[in-house]
Amino acid sequence: MIRLQGLSRRYSTARGTVTAVDDVTLEVTDGETCVLLGPSGCGKTTTLRMINRLVLPSSGKIFIAGRDTDGVDPVELRRGIGYVIQQIGLFPNMTVAENIGVVPRLLGWSTARSRRRAEELLALLALEPAQFLDRYPNELSGGQAQRIGVARALAVDPPVLLMDEPFAALDPINREVIQDEFLRMQQTLRKTILFVSHDIDEAVKMADRIAIFRAGKLAQFGPPDELLARPADDFVASFVGRDRTLKRLRLILVREVMVPAADGEGASGPCVSADDDLRRVASLFLEHDVETIRCVDDTGRAIGHVSRAAVAARLGSELVG
Amino acid sequence: MTTAMAPGRSTLPYIVLGAIALAIAWGLHASGLATDILRYNKDIVYLTKQHLVLVAISGSLAIVFGIAVGIWLSRPWMARWSDGVIQAVNMVTSIPTLGKLALMMSLLGIGPLPAIVGLWIATLLPIIRNTYEGIRAVPAHMVDAARGMGMSSNEILKRVELPNALFVIFAGVRTAMAVNVGTAPIAFLIGGGGLGELIFTGIDLQEHGMMLAGAIPTALLAVAVDFLFGQAQYWLVPRGVNPLRNF
Repeated sequence: MIRLQGLSRRYSTARGTVTAVDDVTLEVTDGETCVLLGPSGCGKTTTLRMINRLVLPSSGKIFIAGRDTDGVDPVELRRGIGYVIQQIGLFPNMTVAENIGVVPRLLGWSTARSRRRAEELLALLALEPAQFLDRYPNELSGGQAQRIGVARALAVDPPVLLMDEPFAALDPINREVIQDEFLRMQQTLRKTILFVSHDIDEAVKMADRIAIFRAGKLAQFGPPDELLARPADDFVASFVGRDRTLKRLRLILVREVMVPAADGEGASGPCVSADDDLRRVASLFLEHDVETIRCVDDTGRAIGHVSRAAVAARLGSELVG
Repeated sequence: MTTAMAPGRSTLPYIVLGAIALAIAWGLHASGLATDILRYNKDIVYLTKQHLVLVAISGSLAIVFGIAVGIWLSRPWMARWSDGVIQAVNMVTSIPTLGKLALMMSLLGIGPLPAIVGLWIATLLPIIRNTYEGIRAVPAHMVDAARGMGMSSNEILKRVELPNALFVIFAGVRTAMAVNVGTAPIAFLIGGGGLGELIFTGIDLQEHGMMLAGAIPTALLAVAVDFLFGQAQYWLVPRGVNPLRNF
C-alpha cells in the first residue's frame, strides 16, 4: 500500500514561490493500478517522482507498505521500486540482457542468474529471448524498446511500479497492443502501480482508480466509471470530455446487462459475445436501428439479448465497476 | 553482418598510407637519398627514443589529467564554474604551441622538463574539452532512468555517463595525440631533444638526408600513434554507442 499524506512541493522562482504539488493525500492499495491524470504542468509527474525521492517533498509524507520513505536511503528505496519513463532511457552502451540486469547487478546477483531472469521477462513480454538478449537498444523498434523498459523495471520483481507516461511516445496501434499486453500481465503480477498519463482513454483503460490533478491539487480520485458518471466539478467534466458516456461503454461488459435467453428466441439480426464491452453493442444499435441485440456463445448459440432500455438503465442509474 | 568488414574499412587508410610510403621509399632509394638518410642510423635510433619519451610522458599524463579534469568539470556541483573554466581552456588552446613552449622555457628554463610540460598543456586541453562535452551530451533522461533505478552517482558515472561519452573522449584523445606527436619536434628548440634535432639541423645545413632522417620517423610515428588510438577507440568503445561499429 502506498499512502501520500498532505504531500506538497514548492519551487522558488524569480517570480516567487510556485506550488507544483499542493497538499495531495491519497492511498493506493496493494495490487491496484492508480493513474495520475491531468494536463501538463498539473503536478502529476512531480508527485510520482516524490515517491522514489527523485524530487524531495517540501512537506507531507509518503508511506510505502507502512514505512515512511523519508527514513530510507533513497538508493536502497529506488532499487525496490520499478521505474519506467516515457523516453524509456535504455542504456545504449549495454545489450538488452545487460539493461534488464542493471538492478540485479546492483543487488549483487550473478550474471547467470540475471540472464535467466532476463530470458524469463522477455518471454513474458512476447519477445523471443534468443533473438533479443544480445541486441543493443539501437537495434530495437520503439515498441520493442518500451517492452524492454518494462522488463527492466520488473527485473527484481519489485512490488511497486512507477510509470511516467510509459506508452505516450508509441504510435497508436503499438500503444493499444502494448497496453493490452500490460493489462494481461498485471492480472497475474498484481503489482501496485502508479501510472502517469495525460490521456483519458488510456487512463480509463488501465486504471482501477484515477486521480485527476489540476494545478497541483487533487481534483477527484475514484474508479474510472465514477469519474465519468459523476465528475466532481466542471474541470473534471471538461477533462474527461463531453463524450464521457461513450467512454463508459468500454467499462461495461455485455454479460452485465444481458437478459438470459428464453426458449424460442429469434435467430436473426446482429449478435455479440457476452465478453464484449458495450462499445460494440452501441455501434450495432446505431448501425442496425434495432431495439435488442442477440448474445451468442462461442458456438453461435443464442444465450440472451441486450436491449437499449437495459443499456440506458445501466448508464443512467448506478455506477458500474 | 558487417562486423568483420568494419575493421577492414577503418584500416583501409593505413593500407593506402603504407602503399604511398613504399612508393616514397622506392623513390628515395632510386634517387640515392636513402643512403644519405641511413648514414644517420645511430642518431635516428637514439633521438627516436628521446622523442618517444617526450611523447609518452606528456601524452599519458595529459590523458590521465585531462579525463579527470573533464569528469570533475561535468559534476553538478561544478556547473556554476565549468563554463568559465572551459572558456579559459579554449583561450589557452588558441595560443600556438610554439608560444606555449617559449613560455615554458621562460618559466622552467631549457631541457626536457619545459618541453614535456609544454607538450602536456597542449595535449591536455582537447581531452578536457571532449571529456566534459561528451559527458554533458549524455541525455538527461538516461541519467534520470539510472538514478530512478537506484544507481549512486558514482555508478551512474562509471556505468552510464563514461561509457556513453567514451567515443567522444577518444576522439579528443586522438586529436590531442596528433597535436602532441606533431609538436614534439619543436621541443628541440628549447633543448628538449628528440627527432627535431635532425630536422632543424638538416634545414639549417641544407642537408636533405639529415632533415629526412628526422622527418620520416616523425611522420611514421604520427601515423602509428593515430593507428593505435584508432584501434583502441574501435575496440574499447561499447558496440551500442560506437558509430564505427554500427552496421
